[in-house]
Order: sequence, then C-alpha cells, then structure tokens
Amino acid sequence: MATVIRRAPKTSGNAVVAEGLRKTFGKTEALAGVDFTVKAGTVLGLLGPNGAGKTTCVRILTTLLKPDSGRAEVAGIDVIKDPERARASIGLTGQYAAVDEFLTGRENLVMFGQLYRLSLRSAKVRADELLERFDLADAADRILKTYSGGMRRRLDLAASLIVSPPVIFLDEPTTGLDPRSRNGMWEVIQDLVNDGTTVLLTTQYLEEADRLADNIVVVDHGKVIAEGTSDQLKTQLGGERLAISVASGTDLALAERILLEIAGADGRKDGGVQIDTVSNLLTVPFAAGARGLAEAVRQLDGAGLELTDLSLRRPTLDDVFMTLTGHAAEQDADASTENAA
Amino acid sequence: MSTQTLPAPTTAPESHVAAPDLDFVRRSKPVHVVTDSLVLAKRHLMRIPRQLDWLIGVTVMPVMFLLLFRYIFGDTVQATLPPGVDAVNYLVAGIIVQGLVFGSMNTGLGLAMDAKEGLMDRFASLPMTRSAVVLGRILADMGLAVFTTTITILVGLLVGFRPSANILEWLAVIGLMLLMAFTLAWLGAIIGLWLKTVEAVNSIGFTLIFPLTFLSSTFINPDFLPGWLQGFAKNQPFTLLLDATRGLLNGYPDVGNEAWMVVAYLVLAMAVLIPVALWMYERRSQQ
Repeated sequence: MATVIRRAPKTSGNAVVAEGLRKTFGKTEALAGVDFTVKAGTVLGLLGPNGAGKTTCVRILTTLLKPDSGRAEVAGIDVIKDPERARASIGLTGQYAAVDEFLTGRENLVMFGQLYRLSLRSAKVRADELLERFDLADAADRILKTYSGGMRRRLDLAASLIVSPPVIFLDEPTTGLDPRSRNGMWEVIQDLVNDGTTVLLTTQYLEEADRLADNIVVVDHGKVIAEGTSDQLKTQLGGERLAISVASGTDLALAERILLEIAGADGRKDGGVQIDTVSNLLTVPFAAGARGLAEAVRQLDGAGLELTDLSLRRPTLDDVFMTLTGHAAEQDADASTENAA
Repeated sequence: MSTQTLPAPTTAPESHVAAPDLDFVRRSKPVHVVTDSLVLAKRHLMRIPRQLDWLIGVTVMPVMFLLLFRYIFGDTVQATLPPGVDAVNYLVAGIIVQGLVFGSMNTGLGLAMDAKEGLMDRFASLPMTRSAVVLGRILADMGLAVFTTTITILVGLLVGFRPSANILEWLAVIGLMLLMAFTLAWLGAIIGLWLKTVEAVNSIGFTLIFPLTFLSSTFINPDFLPGWLQGFAKNQPFTLLLDATRGLLNGYPDVGNEAWMVVAYLVLAMAVLIPVALWMYERRSQQ
C-alpha cells in the first residue's frame, strides 16, 4: 500500500494563514512580523514596493524558506512542520518558479507530472488536458525558446496546476507582459478562481490587484500596513481628487499653492497633496466640485502654467499606495533588493 | 481588518474537482530518489542535442587538446618517457582524465543555470526528493562524459593510440572512469552551488581546475617538472587517477593493486563530497 499524502479537505475557513512571520537576512529585516489570512476560494492580493517582503512571504508559504519565527499554514497544513505535505497542496508560479527553456511545452508538463509522481501515462494525459485548457495545444511540441512571453507564463501556470492544488501562489504573474498577454493571463486566473482555487497573488500593478483580488494586504518594510477590499482601501482615502499633469519644466510648487488655495482644508486631508516629479503629476483631495474645477483651470492658466491633463476622480489604488507607503508602487524599482532575498 | 477566527462562509462554488488519481501525491520513499533523479536526468539528456553549440564545444575541446599535444608537443612528451612507452598512449589517457575533470564542471554550470532560471525554486516547491535535483544532473553529465570520452578514444585510435588492455582491464578502466566521473561531478556540484552563477563557474571554477590538471602527469612525466613542483604533481589526486587509468590501458606506469587504492580514495572522496554538496543544496534556498 503506497503511502499517500492526503490533502486537507477543502474547508470553508482559511486556506492560507500567516502568523507573526519574521525573517532576517544578515542585517536586513525582510519580515518584521507579518500576519494575514486568505479565506478558501478567494484571491488575496499582496501588494507592496520592491523589497517590501512580498516575495519573502511567498517563499515561506511555499516552503522554500524557513522563517526565523512565526507560523504558516497552507490548506490546513503547517508548512514548517510538514513541508512535504504542504508542497502537495500548492502550486507556485511567477518570477521565482520557472520552466525549462529547451524542452517543449508538453515535455515540460510531463516532466513536472512525473515529479508529482504521476505515472508516465497519467502525466501525458494530464499534460494534454492542460495544454488544451491553456490554449497551447498548437505549440505543444515547440521548445519554449520559441514561445512568446504570454505563452510561457501560461505554461508556467499550467505546470503548477498538474495536481489541481487547492492553493496557488502567483508571484508577479504578469510582470513584463504586454497588455494583451496580461489580459489573457487575468482571464486564466479568473477561471481558476471560479473553479474554487484559492489564490495568493503578489503584484506591483495596482490595476491587477483591483481587478483580481477579493482582499488586499499592503506590505512595506516587512510589515502589513493596511488590509481590506479594494473599495475599503479607497474609501479610507475619502472623496474625490483633482489630478493635473503639466508640461515638463513647469513650476510644480506654484501649481500646488494654487490648488491648495482652492481646495481649502480638504486639500490637507487624506494624505494631502501628492507630487510626482517624474511625470509632472499633481494630485490633491478636492471637494470643491465643478465650480472649483473651473476656478482651478482659470487660475492655473492665469499663472501661465501649461496643463496637459486635468481630471476629477475617485481615489485609485495608486493613491492608496502613495498615501500608505509614501511612494508610488512602480517607482523605487530596485529589483535587486528583493532578488537578493 | 477582519476578525480571523470567525468561520467565514465561502461563496466559492465547489466545482473544483480533480481526477481521482491526481488527488494525492505519494510521500517520498528512498526509491523516489532514484525515480525522481531519472526523470531529471532524462530532462537534461533531452536538452543536450538542443544546445548543439555547447555540445560541440565540450566534445571538441578534448579532441583539440589531443591533436595539439600529439602533433605539436609529441616529441617533447616522448622525451620525458622511458624507452618503450609511447607518447600517444600516454597523452590519450591523460586527456581522457582531463576531459572527465573538465566535464565535472558541467554539473556546476547546470546547477547554476537552474538556479538562475528559477527551476531550482520550482523543484523545491514540488513534493519530490530534494537530492534528486543534484543527482539527476550528475547522472545526465555522466552520460555526456561517456559520449565525449568515447569520441576522444576514437580520435585517439585514429592518431596512433594503441591500448594493450585486455577485456578485463577495459572493463576495469570503464568502471574506474564512471566512478571518477561520478565522484568529480559532486565536486563540480559543490563549485556550482558555491559560486552560484554560470559566469563565476565558467571563470573561477575553470581557473581553479585548469592548473590542477596541468600540474600533474596529464601531459608529461612529472619527473621532468621543476623540482619544487614535483612533490605536488606526483601526489595530487588527479595524478593518482591518471596513473591508474594509464596502468590499466597500457601497463605504464605499473600500478598493480594501486587501481584498487584509487577506488578506495574515490569512495572516501564521495563520503565527503556528497554530504557537503547536499548540505549546500539544502542551504541554498535559505539565503
């Protein structure tokens, strides 16, 4: 009788639990006590700038890394005490998991199937199913070097679904993809979720979290600094914002003074004025409505400032991110910080 | 912030049904080290013909060494040998062993490449045996070593290599070379896991290994090396391997039972190298 690893029965509770996770690399504290949970059948977006600790969290939850302290559970299994059983219940895809460039799509899936201890026959059947499902049947016998970025990611994801694990970790699944491939990937992920799979997604793209995640956890400097649904996070930031972008070389400080004057006390609420000097973008909490808007255009124009864009909008996750972390999500992009971890 | 202790009702549909034979994964048993390794060895072997430029490189290098030394330094080598010992026979055995030593670096390169491409992390996230990642690569590299060594021997035969070994000695020499390739591959694995990047293995790894193969009896009789080098060259491990191989192939130097000593040394080396390599592999992901 073969000893098999029974996966934990699907519970209606939490599919992922992180409790007090701490991890230090040398002198760098990557995680300073992280807690969060992912309810079974939902998508959690783990959001944060590079080096915030997202990947370290994923590496711990997928048994690649042991935390210095804390507890982690996936599908009801303690990943630190029984990593092997945990591995049978998870799939990992993203910047840190990969597929073999010199094998064909089919060969890759058969290999991973065999590594999951499927018989060669079952592995082949499963490979065909997955190739079909991910729209890769036509490319099945081409080596991956000839695949486009989007095809590669889909195969990468297929490889982590071989045993239909109840929990999938997607580490920046669409980083570097063109918008069309990104949309394709989102649909595939959405299908997975519809099938009841629990997904933990790390991303730097707020749009991605906004679109896919039921809940969002924002981490920065190894700590959870906010959590909730996308709407909850946006509501925390209050009402409408006026965003202007100006021609380069414009005096942003002058624009800020003018807008603050019109916005009045509101302009200092909810994180206040945000200035992005790189793209000459200025955002200010704004409750003065259309009349205020007209006034703003008049005064900015009168001061000789050249506007390239102007809009009144609800807060976006970008605003949330800016307010919470003090910097934009896609800036601060020193990828090597996190790679070193 | 939600209270985590509440049993939240899930709204997700329960349509997530896997085929019955996919719903479990067998817990690892010792035999799985072998089966997992074979799956990965197959992967590496499939890759080899698809990296033709690289395959040609590793095949041609020993042949190039052989031809250069045979035709350019042949007389020089001959002059260092006692009467009756042929330089071509001497060189072929040397270059075979040098080829095996260089070949061991493929293991290091392969592991560094898997680490770089993220495959190592994926393997680590699978419910497979961990040591199979190293062992699978080593088995494939031994396959490659058999191929390149066979080519070297065939070219050797074309340019005058005349081994005097009988069937038993041939079997012994093949066994010894396989054991050498296996043992050295663990050294290659350690270098790969230590240096971590393909570039570092290529530059630093080879810079360390290259002189060691020259400061030995690979190309000339070490009696003719400068005095201060002789002690090292005559007693370093590669020379022992070379002498055993030569002794079996052509009866020079007369190694007698020393071939068995070499086997004992190799087993001893494995007893150190294998645990160190596996420990380094385990440790790798924790950084």
